[in-house]
Amino acid sequence: MTERFVVAIDQGTTSTRCIVFDRRGNLVSVAQREHRQHFPRPGWVEHDAMEIWRNVGKVVPRALNQAGLSIDQIAAIGIANQRETTVVWDRRTGVPVAPALIWQDTRTDLVVEALSRASGAEHIQELCGLPLTTYFSGPKLRWLLDHIPGLAERAERGEVLFGTMESWLIWNLTGGPDGGLHLTDVTNASRTMLMDLRTLDWHPRLLSFFGVPAAMLPQIRSSSEVYGTATAVLPGVRIAAALGDQQAALFGQTCFDPGEAKCTYGTGSFLLLNTGTEPVPSRHGLLTTVGYRIGDEPARYALEGSIAITGSLVQWFRDRLELISTAPEIETLARTVDDNGGCYIVPAFSGLFAPHWRSEARGTIVGLTSYITKGHLARAVLEATGWQTREVVDAMNADSGLELTALRVDGGMTANNLLMQFVADVLAVPVVRPMAAETVSLGAAYAAGLAVEYWPDLEGLRSNWHPAARWVPEMDAAVRTRERENWRRAVERTFDWIRPEEDPARR
Amino acid sequence: MPGQVQSIARAAAILRLLASSSGRLGIGEIARSLNLPKGTAHGIIRTLQDVGFVEQDKTSGKYQLGATLLHLGTSYLDVNELRSRSINWADPLAARSGEAVRIGTLLDGKVLVVHHVFRPDDILQTLDVGSLLPPHATALGKVLLAYDVGAANAATQREPEPYTRRTLVTARALTRALSEIRDNGWGAEIGEMTPGEAGIAAPIRGYGGLVVGAIGLSGPVDRTCDGSGNPRPALVTYVRDAARAVSRDLGATRW
Ligand SMILES: Nc1ncnc2c1ncn2[C@@H]1O[C@H](COP(=O)(O)OP(=O)(O)OP(=O)(O)O)[C@@H](O)[C@H]1O
Ligand SMILES: [Mg+2]
Repeated sequence: MTERFVVAIDQGTTSTRCIVFDRRGNLVSVAQREHRQHFPRPGWVEHDAMEIWRNVGKVVPRALNQAGLSIDQIAAIGIANQRETTVVWDRRTGVPVAPALIWQDTRTDLVVEALSRASGAEHIQELCGLPLTTYFSGPKLRWLLDHIPGLAERAERGEVLFGTMESWLIWNLTGGPDGGLHLTDVTNASRTMLMDLRTLDWHPRLLSFFGVPAAMLPQIRSSSEVYGTATAVLPGVRIAAALGDQQAALFGQTCFDPGEAKCTYGTGSFLLLNTGTEPVPSRHGLLTTVGYRIGDEPARYALEGSIAITGSLVQWFRDRLELISTAPEIETLARTVDDNGGCYIVPAFSGLFAPHWRSEARGTIVGLTSYITKGHLARAVLEATGWQTREVVDAMNADSGLELTALRVDGGMTANNLLMQFVADVLAVPVVRPMAAETVSLGAAYAAGLAVEYWPDLEGLRSNWHPAARWVPEMDAAVRTRERENWRRAVERTFDWIRPEEDPARR
Repeated sequence: MPGQVQSIARAAAILRLLASSSGRLGIGEIARSLNLPKGTAHGIIRTLQDVGFVEQDKTSGKYQLGATLLHLGTSYLDVNELRSRSINWADPLAARSGEAVRIGTLLDGKVLVVHHVFRPDDILQTLDVGSLLPPHATALGKVLLAYDVGAANAATQREPEPYTRRTLVTARALTRALSEIRDNGWGAEIGEMTPGEAGIAAPIRGYGGLVVGAIGLSGPVDRTCDGSGNPRPALVTYVRDAARAVSRDLGATRW
């Protein structure tokens, strides 16, 4: 019998990856392609959904070729995707009606402001688990319905479809205008502000609050179940999982038990804690979200600390300041100095996410003196990720009443040893990277493999998890306390920067 | 006598042209100056850009000499980048082999550990990224020496430290071992650093086949070697496959 494999498609903010995994959860091949980031105005971030769909068509065959595999050796496809990013397309032609609005996009701040004063606003978070901010799909969809002429009417008539990236890809993979399946999974739906966290269905009150016609919405399904069979890219292969990338990483890290948590360091960074079968409301600025749902089993919920800007700060340092030529070089540059020289960078590029949720904040560099070199700036860039992690861990500890004893990490930034050591230092707990840096893809593969019985159960998956690296705290407690306080003061300086009437994006 | 390779001569002319011009040059200007078809000039420029000798200005699209040319002598691949680019392949090597994996480069005559993946047995281990290993007594080191004439000469001229009875301490033994590694495309160390421990390593290559590092595993002889005391062929294959995969990602076409 020929060996079989599972394919994961990780449709991320900066790139689309296809990774093939074997039965032991080991990476067999990987192909990746970046897509363009459009910044048409300050605060606006867009993708071309068509370009992304074309990239899927390129990376999947490349990954299969690399490993010398044929389609009939693929047991299932699992999809993980950038969350909240909003696509609306014409169901007849398959063409998007507008560029995709990315999760980092803040053009909806006026929409959000208006909605927060509307009646019923105070009950929204209770129902959907999320605070009213620019981050989520609901306000983005409202903006599109308001700004694209005729769209609201077409949506009422069911002529256009809404979806986050997994919906867009599944619809296209299963035929597009020609019978494509229009569906989403509970984790992605839990980021729209339109789903009731308890019933796991669209809630009429939320739909009417955001003015979204039900006719344009996908059907909500489990994260791990066979949705259908692909007719494009991998014809004949079953599509058996979809999860938001952060939930996929939680799954890939095998955080199946309540109390287990991970943090994924990519474009942004996201700490998720499994809270079991009950949604837990947050009192400290975290989000309540769905972790995953396998088949007909009860959904698992999670508390989430979302940090908008971490890896993208490194990219900004590379592409906009041009102080390094590749992201990993930031570690080399940072090691040219011993400390931050008193300099702090707070990257509130799209406001601050958890635990502050200040959409009017903007980024700042403080503590500049003539002593500061680019080495200090490089350190401050990395330290910003460390301190932002500390803030969400503190919130998590306060909400759950438990003390985190070790942090499981993954994502591209975990290749940075200086950063991982710093995270361990500021958290004062060990930081552990498992033997699979690509846990987002691994999680999608696991969920798909479970649905088609390629893997029998969660226990088997758990036994694949092994630490690949572990960083233990070394920082002096007094230094930690001092630096924590400096960071807190730096963060305060970002608040209240944007005043609505002055926002250049609105003129 | 072999003939002149035309594209190399043209590439040299392009570099001279860029070096002598006061500002950046566009592709048309370069082609006209050298009397080359635009497509030919473009192909050469693209290759020079890939290897870092030429840089293109993002806004104007014009070309200039790359920063790499200024420090050609120092290693061209940043060690932190080497780690980032190989992390996806080092993990499955450790998982498949059941042994600890390290990636190393040469630094001042020693092997600098650039990346370390724990043995997948959940026993507490300590990260040793940044530590220095003796090149003559490790598989990583011997592989790196095999493809670096200068470092190999320096190593054989020093009195190599004898760690065990099996350490290669004579210039002759070491030279022979290095030549064998070049023939085989991989190297091993069996009890040469610590009795009862062994290592297997293979070269990581970048553009043009240049060796930029080595990746290898290490563990007890009774797990890593077979009954006759040779490295287990399956493990050698895993190591070479991982080295090839990283090399392919780094742009080495033949490996
Ligand atoms: N060695 C490094 N040091 C610091 N930052 C790094 C390093 N390597 C990668 N990064 C950063 O990590 C990010 C890439 O990580 P990763 O590939 O996990 O993210 P991603 O999955 O592409 O993000 P997304 O899914 O949002 O597209 C980039 O923002 C990059 O700047
Ligand atoms: Mg990602």
